[in-house]
Amino acid sequence: MNDMTPDREERSANLKGMGCSRKRVEDARFTQGKGNYVDDIKLPDMLHGDFVRSPYAHARVVSVNKEAALALPGVVAVLTAEDLAPLNLHWMPTLAGDKQMVLADGKVLFQGQEVAFVVASDRYVAADAVELVEVEYEELPVITDPFEALKSEVVLREDLEGQTEGAHGPRKHHNHIFTWEQGDEAGTNQVLDNAEVVAEETMYYHRTHPCPLETCGSVASMDKVNGKLTLWGTFQAPHVVRTVASLLSGIEEHNIRVVSPDIGGGFGNKVGVYPGYVCSIVASIVTGKPVKWVEDRMENLMSTAFARDYHMTGKISATKEGKITGLHCHVTADHGGFDACADPTKFPAGFMNICTGSYDIPVAYLAVDGVYTNKAPGGVSYRCSFRVTEAVYFIERMIEVLAIELDMDAAELRRINFIKKEQFPYTAALGWEYDSGDYHTAWDKALETVDYEGLRAEQAERVEAFKRGETRKLMGVGLSFFTEIVGAGPVKNCDILGMGMFDSCEIRIHPTGSAIARLGTISQGQGHATTFAQILASEIGISADSITIEEGDTDTAPYGLGTYGSRSTPVAGAATAMAGRKIRAKAQMIAAYLLEVHDDDVEFDIDRFVVKGAPERFKTMKEIAYAAYNQAIPGIEPGLEAVSYYDPPNMTYPFGAYVCVMDIDVDTGVPEIRRFYALDDCGTRINPMIIEGQVHGGLTEALAVALGQEIAYDDMGNVKTGTLMDFFLPTAWEVPNYETDYTVTPSPHHPIGAKGVGESPHVGGVPCFSNAVQDAFRAFGLRHTNMPHDHWRIWQTANGLGLHD
Amino acid sequence: MTDKMHIKLKVNGEDKEFLAEPRELLIYALREKLNITGPHVGCETSHCGACTVTLDGKSVKSCTMFVAQANGAEITTIEGIGEPDALHVLQESFREHHGLQCGFCTPGMITRATKLLEENPNPTEEEVRFGMAGNICRCTGYQNIVKSILSAASEINAAKEAAQ
Repeated sequence: MNDMTPDREERSANLKGMGCSRKRVEDARFTQGKGNYVDDIKLPDMLHGDFVRSPYAHARVVSVNKEAALALPGVVAVLTAEDLAPLNLHWMPTLAGDKQMVLADGKVLFQGQEVAFVVASDRYVAADAVELVEVEYEELPVITDPFEALKSEVVLREDLEGQTEGAHGPRKHHNHIFTWEQGDEAGTNQVLDNAEVVAEETMYYHRTHPCPLETCGSVASMDKVNGKLTLWGTFQAPHVVRTVASLLSGIEEHNIRVVSPDIGGGFGNKVGVYPGYVCSIVASIVTGKPVKWVEDRMENLMSTAFARDYHMTGKISATKEGKITGLHCHVTADHGGFDACADPTKFPAGFMNICTGSYDIPVAYLAVDGVYTNKAPGGVSYRCSFRVTEAVYFIERMIEVLAIELDMDAAELRRINFIKKEQFPYTAALGWEYDSGDYHTAWDKALETVDYEGLRAEQAERVEAFKRGETRKLMGVGLSFFTEIVGAGPVKNCDILGMGMFDSCEIRIHPTGSAIARLGTISQGQGHATTFAQILASEIGISADSITIEEGDTDTAPYGLGTYGSRSTPVAGAATAMAGRKIRAKAQMIAAYLLEVHDDDVEFDIDRFVVKGAPERFKTMKEIAYAAYNQAIPGIEPGLEAVSYYDPPNMTYPFGAYVCVMDIDVDTGVPEIRRFYALDDCGTRINPMIIEGQVHGGLTEALAVALGQEIAYDDMGNVKTGTLMDFFLPTAWEVPNYETDYTVTPSPHHPIGAKGVGESPHVGGVPCFSNAVQDAFRAFGLRHTNMPHDHWRIWQTANGLGLHD
Repeated sequence: MTDKMHIKLKVNGEDKEFLAEPRELLIYALREKLNITGPHVGCETSHCGACTVTLDGKSVKSCTMFVAQANGAEITTIEGIGEPDALHVLQESFREHHGLQCGFCTPGMITRATKLLEENPNPTEEEVRFGMAGNICRCTGYQNIVKSILSAASEINAAKEAAQ
């Protein structure tokens, strides 16, 4: 090596590989207003679609009169179920094995349901025409409560009448969808019946909505000359959308190109297939012109993709010393008018069976009953892996309730029940095999950092001061310790509409040593173009700055199942590393040939292959790439490309320890977050800056859900929170600064040990905020109160406990 | 449909003339008539601020203003802030401090922040949080947005001092 050769440290830094806080490559276009979102797409002669929606939550559609609308200049078409029926497109399959009306077929089942699709020359004309479509409705009794639905004689889904078998087994009632059971019911009941201590609680995890800042939309363009359909849209899973579009329309898959352009946040909202997508396609086929559909905010909150809405009842048993012996959980799940949950096929309640949490619980039983009501369909994973938010909230509340029952400190109760480091891989009572964890270390670090004992002492003093009338503010210490299950998933048990949940990466190294990699995922703000290039840089020794990452175009990207459930890093990230290793294996053979040594006599060193024991003899990856394209090497094909389809052997199990310190004014019900500490263990860390950003964002969405955000209905099935006036999205004014921390416990089965992080803060954050509110009132006898803890509800809690007397 | 009006605007320094229905919202005139797609539509109720532009020196949510009301106005959008090879300090700062993720709120956020720093060149963190409360971000939790704006403020002030 001469003096001009950069040393190893410098070469490594130049790569901008894994572990560095590389600045994002996406930001140049976003900060200059040059993002390209679906509503930015403008094609020649493009038409605009808009929906006539039902004002009623349950009604028969007696007639639809399009005449006045069609007479309006600029209106091209008005589609109803009757028009779609000959194409068999008036209904569509849902991801949950049910079917959903694309346009109202005889009746409507929720307020805001799509009744007719107006196509016009511009959005104003389309909106005018929507007002001119005359729909005659005959109101039917409305059911918004799932318990009532299971008792009612009113049949919501008349199309399913007489069907006693659903997609997930027997249906017990005409408004019942499925029962999903996991674990050992008899064994659990036996333990509960004979336990020293049993704590029971019923809790409602309210309905909410992911509400990304960009609503859902699509632009369909049918090129009748070439028989090709192009569909741009807000799709978190573009390849699946193409397959579904092909199956629905009969157009062969190679003649459909689906493109997810820049996506303005997803959080689960953009996983499903919505009537608007289907109608834009049909309208383009009918009119021969491109058709754009973009929903407005009210339509977004009313009709696409609610989350949660789980009524949960739990029983947890323990010894007097606090060792948990069993857990029983029953859920009544309100799925709305159609079962459109976005879960892997075999999991109608998602991964709710992770509800034993981070604790070594010997026996458990879970049963979930899905129920139809007159509410919007959806049931998506809002910033979480499938139903994991519900599961973690359930167990983290049950732990608090058990601590009250035992008169024990909730932190200590967690500590004595954690799965121990040496127990991993750990098979939980409900079947999952946790890959790795070190919960005690994380917990101790968290409690020490926040001075947990000091906080409890301060809290006790505050209670006394309150009782003496010296303050009107109580103090809550919210705890949560969560284990997520992400990275769906192994093809053997995870599929969506029959497609195994692998993911993919395809890499092409250019002759001059730069590269392009394409993946089956799609970023919605997570920064894939930045982080996947970092994984690759470390694997193949080419600087991340010389690697382009592309996603979201089904004509060019390899097939993959998309981005949701924190699956991109665990699955596509693994595919990226594996494809990179294939490149490296070929590069090794080329290097050995160029250096005139045996393949085994060279080894990879940051950005080059060196002859073992003679580091001055080397070929850089740039030199190797060039040789791959310009030199005839015996026994080796020209070029340097690789593709990997990665079927993960297991899920990954990120975890974390969160603490929230809150002051609550009992007279106004206003909570003030004094401190929020979040320790996340997501395994190997690819880009600390991006991880921290994900944690801030997830915690803020958790704050929203815990402290006020909900989709509420009145008894008539009217959505009461359909605008941002009523639906709580926190602003900079309401959000605190967060302290982030970490431990690193790599996943043993993932090629780079990474576990995924995007959703952890939401999953762990919701119970932490909620526990903080409830902990403030523990000294005054509060056991449990439901979220969202808005000011009014907190005031009511204080009032109910006699604190205003 | 009503008669169209003759609208004149100065947008990012360029004179624009076009016909529009008086009921057309400013955001749609910008996005669809003038192809200025930086400002976005997030709510159409002036809550989210994704459509924020600067109009005659004030931050305005262009989704709740008729283009007719804006007739004759001077407007700056994100497209008029910085050049690709000479970015505005705020654009640099948002990148440096990871003040954006999906990018949908970013044009409105940066446009508003330019005004905020003109109105108050030395804001405290609390003043930044209050001054930005009309712009919603669903991704970042605001912490890094606040950091980006405070850092840009120091940088602008340091540059001013150096110039004096």
